[in-house]
Amino acid sequence: MTPRWILTALVLCWLGSVSAHAETIQVTIDKLVFSPTEVNAKVGDTIVWNNKDILAHTATADNKDWDVMIGSKQTASLVLKNAGSIDYFCKFHPNMKGRVVVAP
Amino acid sequence: MIAKFTAGLAALCVLTGVSFAQGSAKPTDPQIAHIAYTAGQLDIDAAKQALAITKNNDVKAFADDMVRDHTAVNKQAIDLVTKLKVKPEDNDTSKALTKAAVDKRAELAKLSGPAFDKAYVANEVAYHKTVNGALETLLIPSASNGELKSLLQTGLKIFQGHQQHAEHVAAELK
Repeated sequence: MTPRWILTALVLCWLGSVSAHAETIQVTIDKLVFSPTEVNAKVGDTIVWNNKDILAHTATADNKDWDVMIGSKQTASLVLKNAGSIDYFCKFHPNMKGRVVVAP
Repeated sequence: MIAKFTAGLAALCVLTGVSFAQGSAKPTDPQIAHIAYTAGQLDIDAAKQALAITKNNDVKAFADDMVRDHTAVNKQAIDLVTKLKVKPEDNDTSKALTKAAVDKRAELAKLSGPAFDKAYVANEVAYHKTVNGALETLLIPSASNGELKSLLQTGLKIFQGHQQHAEHVAAELK
């Protein structure tokens, strides 16, 4: 029987490591495709879009929660503040679509 | 409405007419490069006219996007033909596209306000549809150089985006 305090400590460590490390998630834009098309994230994580195209794009949430401009050959980032499954698109080329699933 | 439709149809007929006239002789890479560049330049000209006339912010934003994107794509096209040492060659399709665009600009110049906005955006939808159709059925299959084909394929994706964007703006104007 493992002493209860060790278990508690382990759980606390695990929780601490999860919440303390907000991650950075990379999404590449190449030839008008967001890739990966769908990413999983948590509130507090940062998404970085890396635009390899010669054109400017946007990452615009369908629910208008955010609207990020990504210049040609540039990167832009966003800190995720709200949980939910958010579909997004490019305002300039609405045939470009992606999704971010944000856990609380 | 009928006039817009007829104009779109006429432009389509012009394009398909040319492709039929050429029969089995597909356009060459120098001709394809010229058609693609011309199509982009004509849309830039249309956007510049729109920027001079419109007072609608959505239409302005759309026209700005057209100038920016088509300028970027045409720059890439020039870089590619320079690298490949291909000299773009004028041809009947380029001439027909140019004539249709010049006529359309003259027609739009007589309009202003919401009437202009609607006519410009409706023409942008029709124009991108026509050019995308030509890219899909004629220009991309006919291109023999791999890099030219790849640029046209990316161009098609961009212009399909423009078509959707134009459709959104058209829906907002109603």
